[in-house]
Amino acid sequence: MTPDYYLILAAVLFTIGAVGVLVRRNAIVVFMCVELMLNAANLTLVTFARINGSLDGQIMAFFVMVVAAAEVVIGLAIIMSIFRSRRSASVDDANLLKY
Amino acid sequence: MNDIQLPAIDYAALLPMLIVFGAACVGILVEAFAPRGWRFVIQVSLTIGGLVAGLVAIIVNRDLEITTIGGAVTVDGPGLFLQGAIIILGIVSLGLIAERRLERGGPFVAEAAHAANSDGDKRQEREPGATEVFPLTLFAIAGMMLFCVSGDLLTMFVALEVFSLPLYLLCGLARRRRLISQEAALKYFLLGAFASAFFLYGVALLYGYAGTVSLTGIREGVLQSEQSGILLAAGLALLAIGLLFKAAAVPFHVWTPDVYQGAPTPVTALMAACTKAAAFGGLLRVFNVAFETTAWDWQPVLATVAILTMVVGSILAVAQTDIKRLLAYSSVANAGYLLVGVVSLNGAVGSSLFYLIAYGFSVLGAFAMVTLVRDSEGEATHLSRWAGLGKGSPLFSALFTFLMLGFAGIPLTSGFTSKFALFSSAWDSDQSVLVIVGVLSSVVLAFPYLKVVVLLWLNPPGEETPTVSVPSMLTRAVIFAGVAVTFVLGVAPSFLLDIVADAGPFLAK
Repeated sequence: MTPDYYLILAAVLFTIGAVGVLVRRNAIVVFMCVELMLNAANLTLVTFARINGSLDGQIMAFFVMVVAAAEVVIGLAIIMSIFRSRRSASVDDANLLKY
Repeated sequence: MNDIQLPAIDYAALLPMLIVFGAACVGILVEAFAPRGWRFVIQVSLTIGGLVAGLVAIIVNRDLEITTIGGAVTVDGPGLFLQGAIIILGIVSLGLIAERRLERGGPFVAEAAHAANSDGDKRQEREPGATEVFPLTLFAIAGMMLFCVSGDLLTMFVALEVFSLPLYLLCGLARRRRLISQEAALKYFLLGAFASAFFLYGVALLYGYAGTVSLTGIREGVLQSEQSGILLAAGLALLAIGLLFKAAAVPFHVWTPDVYQGAPTPVTALMAACTKAAAFGGLLRVFNVAFETTAWDWQPVLATVAILTMVVGSILAVAQTDIKRLLAYSSVANAGYLLVGVVSLNGAVGSSLFYLIAYGFSVLGAFAMVTLVRDSEGEATHLSRWAGLGKGSPLFSALFTFLMLGFAGIPLTSGFTSKFALFSSAWDSDQSVLVIVGVLSSVVLAFPYLKVVVLLWLNPPGEETPTVSVPSMLTRAVIFAGVAVTFVLGVAPSFLLDIVADAGPFLAK
């Protein structure tokens, strides 16, 4: 089976994530879409590692996972604190800063 | 498939970053073990000590040119200069972060875990601010240092996150107006994570194209790869989105005014000076090392982005009514001028580095002065409140006027010499259109600055003119450094121009 299908799958996942960030309103869901984009990049890295016959891409995927985990910690902390202050995690409600 | 080998590590080349990362880790331990009353003193001395030690290590390394840990880190002249610039600007902005006289307990909240406006939040109003901000600042600065010397795109991605994550948190830790501060943190975080996902997907595509993510490997891969050119173009575009977001270039600038306004002003100052230096350090390295040979393909696109950034930044700055938002749009416009330096490639590396230092000091001084104008609610940042401050506080207004004239690019200030150096080297690199747009937009941009000056001196004071608080030595030192460097680089820029000329080009082997 040709590895190209994995690249297409990754591109589709990345697009779903990017569109999700733009259209969804809940901060947690927006954040999940970002994670989807990161994992699409991971799938691309691993597939290209297979195509190129080198281990680099697979090792990079591990680095990305660690970074994504750190990002979850920071992100959930920020979303939690804003939810406790406002009783809402909607990105539309956070509208004090404009113009 | 090969086995994984441990690459050779040159610890001397990594020493500046190891020192700062080490000091940050020790700072975390201090938070855990030192008694509460002592933490502030210990953290401030540890942070300043760590940064100064890092700076000394950079000065010792100054002639080093080496690629180490399997190509992950490339230490070269511009890289070391940027590291030094980030550390020096970081030390200066630390004066604002550690300031405790302007506001009881400092500019940061005591316990961020309390919900804003809850009972616990009201109880903690008089408690001293959290000292976690110091290790967070150190992590951010160390990440920026790594970002400027990363030799491959994976290291660059990790460094990008290492310096972004602490900044997201710092944005949300303001003592006053906590809802706005948390909103700024949320916006910065969501958009920043979105942009770094683009960056990472770009890295993945470039890996597929060149078979490696090292910058020099991509440079060679461009010449001999058998993969489709679409991978290269798409990878480069996505990578550039991630970098241009951090640099606050139009159309990826929308976060800038909100985050600059909502974040605690010392953090805004840190972002405006250090993050800008790091982001452009990364941009300069990526485009000069990895993509110089494909310059014909991307230069028109990046030039368009530069023109958009200069024009949109300077025009929107005119319409602002809040001093922090005004400085934010001015920082967008300045990102445009620096992009002119990026488009001009090797010819303008030195003058871009000079510009980063000059702009960094001026903007630190300006934000330091913004922290002084206060009423009972905290900082009064709305421009209408600044009317007539010149009557009651002539020294403050005179210094702020000088900084504004510096931003506007009046001769005898660093704003003039840095713009002159940047535009003349861009002109020599045949970017005449960009230079003309740049000069025109800086004329437009002078208007909002002069508007502030007129407001300070000529407008009658309002009914509730805020007072200009008397700061401690720390903020005074920051203001002095900002004003002094703005003046010295305007009058005698040659010594710094010599240093950036000695730094030479990026190491592309």
